[in-house]
Amino acid sequence: MQVTRDFSHYVRAAGEGIKHIDLAVEGVHCAGCMAKIERGLSAIPDVTLARVNLTDRRVALEWKAGTLDPVSFIDRLEELGYKAYPYETESAEAAEVAESRFLLRCLGVAAFATMNVMMLSIPVWSGNLSDMLPEQRDFFHWLSALIALPAAAYAGQPFFRSAWRALSNKTTNMDVPISIGVTLALGMSVVETVNQAEHAYFDAAIMLLTFLLVGRFLDQNMRRRTRAVAGNLAALKAETAAKFVGPDEISQVPVAAIHPGDIVLLRPGERCAVDGTVIEGRSEIDQSLITGETLYVTAGQGTPVYAGSMNISGTLRVRVSAASEATLLAEITRLLDNALQARSRYMRLADRASRLYAPVVHATALITILGWVAVGASWHDAIVTGVAVLIITCPCALGLAIPTVQTVASGAMFRAGVLLNSGDAIERLAEADHVIFDKTGTLTLPDLEVTNAADIPADIFDLAGRLALSSHHPVAAAVAQAAGAKSPIVGAVEEAGHGVRATVDGIELRLGRPSFCGAEALISSVTLDPEASIVAFSKDSEKFVLSVRQGLRPDAQAVIAALKARNIGIEILSGDREPAVIAAAHALSIAEWRAGVTPADKIARIEELKRRGVKVLMVGDGMNDAPSLAAAHVSMSPISAAHLSQATADLVFLGRPLAPVVAAIDSARKALHLMRQNLWLAIGYNVLAVPVAISGVVTPLIAAAAMSGSSILVMLNSLRARNASREGL
Amino acid sequence: MEILVILVPLALMLGLAGLAGFLWSLRSGQYDDLDGAAWRAIADDEPPQEAPAKR
Repeated sequence: MQVTRDFSHYVRAAGEGIKHIDLAVEGVHCAGCMAKIERGLSAIPDVTLARVNLTDRRVALEWKAGTLDPVSFIDRLEELGYKAYPYETESAEAAEVAESRFLLRCLGVAAFATMNVMMLSIPVWSGNLSDMLPEQRDFFHWLSALIALPAAAYAGQPFFRSAWRALSNKTTNMDVPISIGVTLALGMSVVETVNQAEHAYFDAAIMLLTFLLVGRFLDQNMRRRTRAVAGNLAALKAETAAKFVGPDEISQVPVAAIHPGDIVLLRPGERCAVDGTVIEGRSEIDQSLITGETLYVTAGQGTPVYAGSMNISGTLRVRVSAASEATLLAEITRLLDNALQARSRYMRLADRASRLYAPVVHATALITILGWVAVGASWHDAIVTGVAVLIITCPCALGLAIPTVQTVASGAMFRAGVLLNSGDAIERLAEADHVIFDKTGTLTLPDLEVTNAADIPADIFDLAGRLALSSHHPVAAAVAQAAGAKSPIVGAVEEAGHGVRATVDGIELRLGRPSFCGAEALISSVTLDPEASIVAFSKDSEKFVLSVRQGLRPDAQAVIAALKARNIGIEILSGDREPAVIAAAHALSIAEWRAGVTPADKIARIEELKRRGVKVLMVGDGMNDAPSLAAAHVSMSPISAAHLSQATADLVFLGRPLAPVVAAIDSARKALHLMRQNLWLAIGYNVLAVPVAISGVVTPLIAAAAMSGSSILVMLNSLRARNASREGL
Repeated sequence: MEILVILVPLALMLGLAGLAGFLWSLRSGQYDDLDGAAWRAIADDEPPQEAPAKR
């Protein structure tokens, strides 16, 4: 059978006779890499553009159509020492990029307007004290209005839209008081300018927008960056499937190019990337990523297989029912929908603050107006004072209090290897006081390792590793990797379902089932680990037994201890068999565990804890965990998790260690502390400033100074979230 | 104070020119890779020729 790699799915036309492809590249982190890659790729004839994006870790490539195959770029990068894979922008990321650009444009407009209005305001402020002619002052006010009004109309869009959305849903958020404040300040200033009055607040209004846009943009930028990294990781997983393009010809195509009804070939040791039904072949499949069960399931004609299953022994032909993440078990879908609905009821700290804040501020302004009228001031003066109260209390600092901390904290988490999926995850994570771990793939590593390698003589282990290279079986692959084997033994023969054998210097070597190697007698003498797969190795008459299993994550014990030290409750909920769960629970000294739990049971347990007022952090990776990830107060998945779980989890952590879980909790707690502190700072500022505003002595100069002062204070305080992580472990 | 008639439009024009420049740089993708741009500024130029060819 002919196998080719086909990346044509990712190639776009970019103008006359030019083709374009975007590649995600692993391991680019400095200027040196950038120059090396660009030179290396530009050296290929007919390449017209090779440009690295160091922020997103991607390469954009263009070449003259017809001459080059995208595969050659990936091979070239491999020679240079970088792993690369074509990358396709998902719609979610494209939307983030567009939003980020829009905010930057708004920020540019607002900053331009602020600078120019300030330039006009300063002469007015100083002129009011000295001898500026009223005509000149009015002229400057008119000019300010000319700049500020269109600029505010454009740059205020993000706030006005969000406020409108909130109001039409009959709720309120921070953008409602912001929009009201800005609109009233501008409106009043126009009226005052027409009436040739002394004070106008164009400068304060437009400066408020600028400060808030800075916070918004930083927040959005961090989110965009996280999304880009997550997109790269997804691309670098390089999920492909062997699709039949002819009766006997297969092509290795990206999963995105597979459609329902296609037939794919699933070889031993491959992970299935699609959902479908077996139409030919017999094999054992490992569905632990879907059900949590580590025992293999027999698959034959008619057996449904799901994306994420690992094929163990035989070759299967699978008819695709849905590509990648489109469908899954109906039960899981239903549970997931229910759980997601429950979650959306969480109200963010900022919204809770604004729900209290907006009525208080607006009531204060109203009372100020009525109060001044009651003591005999004219309606005009009373309204001007009331609007001044709104301007001075306009939640500049309050609007920055949370996004700035969030930006800095998510940056710190990013460096600790944690990606944020949802904006309010930090707040919810900080509140978590009980962690539920899934076992398979979460506490344990997703790949297999040899546990008794130390008991085997090094030369024997090496030989076993080399022999294992000739087998596709995942257990054999684990042996080969553990032995660090590079060169396969020539002439090795694989007997499907039994093992591999070879003859070297007249000595027969066998690796496989104990019966295949004549090593049944040894099995009873090895302390049997319920989770382990046993492989035997025989060299002539010498026999050895290797125990292969999913090992615990290297630092799992330390992480559990660190969580306990933080007074966080821990338990294991696993879909796996009891002996396997007990073994893990003992090794990690976790007292509370439940084995053989179904997705519905997991949710029931979480609901039970919820009723007792416990805030649950669920850490899991399997498809069976997805509903409970959604049901929990906050959730986390390793990057190796099933698609669905990763999409549902609030946070995703990278790499082999479990330490990011603790780092994320620490960062989140510190961040929440700082958010609260910032809110108090903002409130403190208002308590000082509001009496001044009510008394009616606020000038535009005081308003501008107070606003920038409090904003800068809050921003500086937020920066303290930077060094929150990497403590205590 | 008649000078204002010249200075104020001049100031506005300069400001608008700055804004136009910013919007242009945004549109032409100059903010897409801030990390890379920082390094490109100090990167060496292309080597004159492939070194082995000279020897």
